[in-house]
Amino acid sequence: MSAPAATIGAVGRTSRIPLPALAATSLVLVTTAIVFVFFVAPTDANQGFSQRIFYFHVSIAITAYACFAGAAWQAFRLLWKRDPLADLKSYVCVHQGVIFGTLVLITGSIWAKISWGRWWLWSSDQLVLFLVLFLFYCAYFMLRFSLDPGPQRANLSAVYALFGVVLIPVSFAAIRLAKDIIHPVVFTLHGPNFGGWILVTYCISQVAMLVLAYTLYRVELAGKQLDGRIRELREVLA
Amino acid sequence: MTTAEKYVTAAYCVVFAVVLVYVLIMALKLHRLEREVDELADRVPAEDDAEETPRETARVG
Repeated sequence: MSAPAATIGAVGRTSRIPLPALAATSLVLVTTAIVFVFFVAPTDANQGFSQRIFYFHVSIAITAYACFAGAAWQAFRLLWKRDPLADLKSYVCVHQGVIFGTLVLITGSIWAKISWGRWWLWSSDQLVLFLVLFLFYCAYFMLRFSLDPGPQRANLSAVYALFGVVLIPVSFAAIRLAKDIIHPVVFTLHGPNFGGWILVTYCISQVAMLVLAYTLYRVELAGKQLDGRIRELREVLA
Repeated sequence: MTTAEKYVTAAYCVVFAVVLVYVLIMALKLHRLEREVDELADRVPAEDDAEETPRETARVG
C-alpha cells in the first residue's frame, strides 16, 4: 500500500463501533424518549405540562458537562502522554459542549418564560454561572483560532480546556447551594427528586442525549481527521 | 393548545432544528471532503505513472 493510501485508510479508525450503527441507535433512542415524554410520563402536579421540558433540558445540560469534561480529559492526555490526536478530540468535545450548552440556554429560557414569565433572570446565580461557563468555552475558540496551528496552539488550548473543567462542579453545585430556590433541583444528595415513569423517562432521555452527542462527536472527529489528512496529502502532492 | 403546550413544543422543535442544522452542515462538509478525495485520487495515479519505471517480468513460484 502506498503512503497516501495508508494515510487515507487510517482515517476513522478511532473506535470499533461503526457510525451507521451509532446513528441508528441515536435515532431509536431519541424517538423512544419523545414517545415517553409526551405519551407515557405523567403530568407534574406542581408545574403542569411545562415540566416536560425538563426531560431534555436536564439531559442536555448533563451532556454538555460531559462534553466539557471529555475535553478536559483529552487535554490532560495531550499534556501528559503527548497523544497527537488528543488536541483534535479535545477541540471537538468543546465544540459539542458549546452546541449542547446553547440548547440548555434556549430550552431553559423557554421554561423560564412559562414558569417565571421572563426569559432570563440576572438575579439567579445558577443561570448566570452556567452562562459564564458557556461564554468561557466560547472564548476557547477565539484563543484557538488566534494562534497558528502547531504544538503551541495545542498546548495553550489544552491548558484552557483544563481550567474550564473547574467551572463544571461550581455550576452544578450552584443550583444546590443557591439561597434563592428559583431553579428547581432535580438531583439531591439523597438521589433524584422523582420516581416511577418520570425517572424512567428521564433515564431514557439522558441515555439518548449522551448517545446522540457521542454520534455527533464521532462524525465531526472523522470529518476533521479527514480534512487534516487531505491537507497533508495536498502538501505532499504540491 | 395551551400556552404551556406551545412553549414545550417550541422547545423540542428548537432542539431538533439545531441538531438538524448541525447534521446538514456536517453532511455538506463531508460531501466537500469526498470531492477533494476524488480530486486527489485522480492526481495520484497520473503522478505514479510519470515516475514509474518499466520493470522486468518474472515468474513466481
